[in-house]
Amino acid sequence: MKIVVCIKQVPAKDAPLVIADGTWIRETDIGFEMNEPDSFALEEALRLKEKHTGEVIAVSMGPERVKQTIKEALAKGADRGVHIADDKAHTLDPLGAAKSLAAAIEREKPDLVLTGLQSDDHGFGQTGVLLADRLGLPHATLIMQIGVESDHLRVKRELEAGWFQWVELPLPAVLTIQSGINKVRYATLKGIMAAKKKEIATIARESLGVTHEPTQRIERIYVPTKTKKTEFLNGTPKEAAAKLLEKLKHEARVL
Amino acid sequence: MNILLITEQREGKWNKTSFETLAAAQQIANETKSRLAAAVIGKGVADLAGELAASKLDEVLLIEHDLLAAYTPDGFTIALTQAIAQAKPDLILLPHTYQVRDFAPKLAASLGKGMIGDCIGYRHENGKLIFVRQMFQGKTVADVVFEGAPPWFATFQAGAFRADLVAQGESKAPVTPIPVELSAAQIRTKPLEIFREAKQAVDLTQAPILVSVGRGIKAPENIPMAEKLAHLLGGELSASRPICDEGWLPMDRQIGSSGQTVAPKLYLALGISGAIQHVVGMKGSRTIAAINKDQNAPIFEVADYGIVGDLFEIVPALIEELEKTKSS
Repeated sequence: MKIVVCIKQVPAKDAPLVIADGTWIRETDIGFEMNEPDSFALEEALRLKEKHTGEVIAVSMGPERVKQTIKEALAKGADRGVHIADDKAHTLDPLGAAKSLAAAIEREKPDLVLTGLQSDDHGFGQTGVLLADRLGLPHATLIMQIGVESDHLRVKRELEAGWFQWVELPLPAVLTIQSGINKVRYATLKGIMAAKKKEIATIARESLGVTHEPTQRIERIYVPTKTKKTEFLNGTPKEAAAKLLEKLKHEARVL
Repeated sequence: MNILLITEQREGKWNKTSFETLAAAQQIANETKSRLAAAVIGKGVADLAGELAASKLDEVLLIEHDLLAAYTPDGFTIALTQAIAQAKPDLILLPHTYQVRDFAPKLAASLGKGMIGDCIGYRHENGKLIFVRQMFQGKTVADVVFEGAPPWFATFQAGAFRADLVAQGESKAPVTPIPVELSAAQIRTKPLEIFREAKQAVDLTQAPILVSVGRGIKAPENIPMAEKLAHLLGGELSASRPICDEGWLPMDRQIGSSGQTVAPKLYLALGISGAIQHVVGMKGSRTIAAINKDQNAPIFEVADYGIVGDLFEIVPALIEELEKTKSS
């Protein structure tokens, strides 16, 4: 089974974000990491390969730095990487990003394409579904279990409020993976060493021949204005704790 | 402008966020002096269409077909593409549900259009609609505008608007059946049974006080400390999704868009950053207190009381204080 997994590189969870140019963040001085929802998709791809044999190809789009995230995927067990190079990839709208990814993935003729459910930066939550549309493939989203049966998949899809649904769909297909579907592995030292010999093919995004008129534009990003006024309680941990209990008892009257 | 709201139902029961988005759609229609229609899609949903027609709307579109009885992304996309061709809306609004996430981007793309998803609000300024959505897990928000020709698609997050603000009409809106052509061969996915996992062991919605843990709790060994605090306060222990994903607490303890929605009298968030998926599940709480090491954590946007600091120092201090009061 040939599996393409799309992984995005996003600012590290604890990275202090500073808005720059009004529509993005300052990228210098912050760390980047694999988008956590995508790490579940990668893990699922690796498990499917281990069970059914095949190949896992990690695809990521962005500036040079995203190669580090592809390397991490290779160290965990992906066979090779594809880097769609574009320093301005973050300015693409969801459809523009999906068209570019689809153009690169199409060349691989995969049996299965996996993505995370959304990214921790833009949070569009559309890439997987749009990829399926561009690739002309069926899809299912928020998947919690994947069963492979000869020419089709039987997947468990998460609905809201604790409900699930089994869905069957033919291969090839696109799935977006729900976070928490598996326990993500760590790269081993052996894996890290092996990754050094694995191939990362770089494709310039403009060479993919994608034409796209943006459907939407981010005018500006900003730190949200508070909807509530938070009363911060200061002092030593002991003082702050005492103040909090005092407030909850006598001001909010909830204790 | 023509606005079309697409509602959601399953097996004849409304997804209630449909009415939140209806409230938003009515407000936008009012401000932009637009015509507002709302669509019901499924099979045997004429009663729901009739119910919807009592709301202040110009028209209700009834989209029915045998192949729409169970939701499929192909079936809904094909049917709604035809309905949009007939109704010619400029702006299509949907609630940001799991089902909408599954087909709406495809519906927009099949018309070569884009969708601004998961909006928390909008502004109408100088004749232009600006949609507001979160980025970077709620650490920033973005003003987003459509480019190019309509139709445009936007979805509103659960809790962004209030369903009780839906205006009722003076008279019933006309219900127009929209014929659609659909064949079984066009539907590639096969929806099977819908089910619930093991019965919920704990009903967090009934707890008056919740002490909720997030990533900041760091390790499963630290959970008993939070549990002790919950019990001293007379409450239950709950968690954000990552904690349940890790298996540190069972899934039925999860608060947020994929877990339970709660509104206790006190919600105490320990080491929860406040990603929007979590906040939608608890922002209706009467009083919210948060302890977090990062003073810029989005949880403080909804908190009444905040302590910026190390929860491993503050929680033991809270426990000590509560035990002292109890014994005295």
